[in-house]
Amino acid sequence: MADQRIKFYQTGTFTAGNRLLDEDQRTVQARMERTNSLDSGHRACQGCGEALGARYAIDAAMRASNNRLVAVNATGCLEVFSTPYPESSWKIPWLHSLFGNAPAVAAGVAAALEAKGRSDVRVVAQGGDGGTVDIGFGCLSGMFERNDDVLYICYDNGAYMNTGVQRSGSTPPAARTMTTPAVGPRPGNPFGTGKNLPRIAMAHGIPYVATASVADLHDLEAKVTKATRIRGARYIHMFVPCPLGWAHDPALTITIARLAIETGLFPLFEAEHGRVVGRTTIRRKVPVEHYLKPQGRFKHLFGDPPARETIAAIQAMADENIATYNLLPAGVEDGLS
Amino acid sequence: MRLQIEGSQAVAAAVALCRPEVISCYPITPQTHIVERLSELVRNGKIGSCRFINAESEFGALSILIGASAAGARTYTATASQGLLFMTEAVYNASGLGLPSVMTIGNRAIGAPINIWNDHSDSMALRDAGWIQLHAESNQEAVDLHVQAFRLAETLSCPVMVCMDGFVLTHAYEPVDLPTQEQVDAFLPPYEPVQLLDPDDPMTIGAMVGPEAFAEVRYLTHHTQLRALEEIVTLEAEFLRQFGRASGGLIERYRTEDAETILVALGSVNGTIREVVDELRDAGVAIGSLKIGAYRPFPVGAVREALHPCRRAIVVEKDLALGKGGIVSSDVKMALRGLPVIVQTVIAGLGGRSITKASLFQMINEARAGKLDEPHFLDLDWDVIRKELARRQQRRRSGPTAEHVLRQVNSVASKMV
Repeated sequence: MADQRIKFYQTGTFTAGNRLLDEDQRTVQARMERTNSLDSGHRACQGCGEALGARYAIDAAMRASNNRLVAVNATGCLEVFSTPYPESSWKIPWLHSLFGNAPAVAAGVAAALEAKGRSDVRVVAQGGDGGTVDIGFGCLSGMFERNDDVLYICYDNGAYMNTGVQRSGSTPPAARTMTTPAVGPRPGNPFGTGKNLPRIAMAHGIPYVATASVADLHDLEAKVTKATRIRGARYIHMFVPCPLGWAHDPALTITIARLAIETGLFPLFEAEHGRVVGRTTIRRKVPVEHYLKPQGRFKHLFGDPPARETIAAIQAMADENIATYNLLPAGVEDGLS
Repeated sequence: MRLQIEGSQAVAAAVALCRPEVISCYPITPQTHIVERLSELVRNGKIGSCRFINAESEFGALSILIGASAAGARTYTATASQGLLFMTEAVYNASGLGLPSVMTIGNRAIGAPINIWNDHSDSMALRDAGWIQLHAESNQEAVDLHVQAFRLAETLSCPVMVCMDGFVLTHAYEPVDLPTQEQVDAFLPPYEPVQLLDPDDPMTIGAMVGPEAFAEVRYLTHHTQLRALEEIVTLEAEFLRQFGRASGGLIERYRTEDAETILVALGSVNGTIREVVDELRDAGVAIGSLKIGAYRPFPVGAVREALHPCRRAIVVEKDLALGKGGIVSSDVKMALRGLPVIVQTVIAGLGGRSITKASLFQMINEARAGKLDEPHFLDLDWDVIRKELARRQQRRRSGPTAEHVLRQVNSVASKMV
């Protein structure tokens, strides 16, 4: 699917631009026939990035699969807030087994469909960063390496939020969690730790890897749509702020997600068979302080005096991403082009 | 078709006849020959459109089956020992979700110390995980139990382990009657799931359950096990009718009429025990034996009925509840509660140590004379134990136990006793 881009300078939003797009390119959530696969009434917190991301992702996957979709869910917030027995927010066939095995369970669903000749039904697996980069990592790597016909979506909010905000292998440096407290000479999560799962996924040489963010929902839908139509193992790593764990105003979920992109801390890119094939450039580079300041998990960096070295180290990470993915190409001012 | 065939090859052939649709495995001794053969059969197109998945771990292997089973496929795996422990979380999950996979256990000891030989520590560790556990005495029975296991699992929506002694059965060449495809098809109808991941009828499977309903859901899983007590007997009779040979069932008695002493055991050691019974009967001893075929659900009623007339039940078990003693003997005691039967525990065959007729004769003599300690450790070298305990007393940094014991018995780990 060629990705058609619309410029709408005045607001910096894609909402109005949607009407200018070709019919096939318009956002799924704006359509009458959207499936509301993750229906209203669930127990997610106000401002939950994961609930928003999952709703857009699964509705897009539904449209791309002609509503022939099976979902497997790892244990975690998404599972708990969507299925308090005997209620369920899922309007699609949905299976929760364990915390660490969603990729394998989904591979099993795909194998059964293949054995039965059901090529019409597509399989998506989803989990948080803990279920993906930590406890489910072995099963995920196995699913990738076998090239099982599964789209895995990781909703990354950078800690174990469901159990009360403990550090995961995806917690960013300096962030305060309940197990990396903001005390001592080096408060928060240590530098030099953590996993870059999109790069690890790419190292498996699987057909498709992408990063996505709830700050760019149209891009998120397009990537899920593209991924759903590819056969083999696919991976989408989605940035989803957590107002509870990050200690930010629930109204700022999208703002903070957008700042993560504009600082370079969370680069948006796509890769096919291990090679980067596309990225979203930054229109205007923003200093990392703008991203860090609204979040309580980084509050200890802005005391008196502020932790200038730590902030500089985080800025260096952002700059490195910008260089690695060429997010600020010379002469390009318009991140939408 | 009667063949002289290795146990693992026979089981693979039996599983293939059951037309599985998804097989997922991770290799572990002594299960490997089963899954190697199945992968070959799948590759050669001998099992229809079956998919064979090389999983990244046992936890992954069973998790793959959980997904495949929920998507309506007939599913199979095999494992042993550490592999079974590594998949523990998924073992409970499969039974909790009511997904009817069949899994062969090539029974093997659990480390440390690492040991690849046979005992029942592995399946015993998961005896209360909600899986039906059937123990095979011979390779013929292993073949027959697999055919019954798929039918049993799918009838009850409950997963089944078929336990067969590692090496003793898995690697033994014995004559085995393999059923025909027509016989198996007549006995085992296609899988009709009670719950299915189906876009035409979407349902949520695996929801969170709180205190308001958890006990009821668990009771219903227990209830399924109790139903299995009847279903196993029904299948035993039907199998006899359709295949012309007796296999399976809850228990099997041997010369228990008027027996004063009855030996109780699971699995292949029952063959040795029957020879011991025959020789003692010839010498005028009133003795018999009881094989427990279905260990979970535990056939309380059948065991009580079989043992209640005897004076002494001696449970010979290949496992050890550390800090307590017998596992099977506890179940037998429960079955006999209120009756004046002496139940004795004999821990035997740990880590593949041979259970010899000579040792059994001596143990039985001591039991009949009222001199058997409880629990009794068959053929335990107390001299080695005393020396090692003394050595540990001498200094704090006494070093690893296993290596010192091996040095004492002047052996290497790979030498089978």
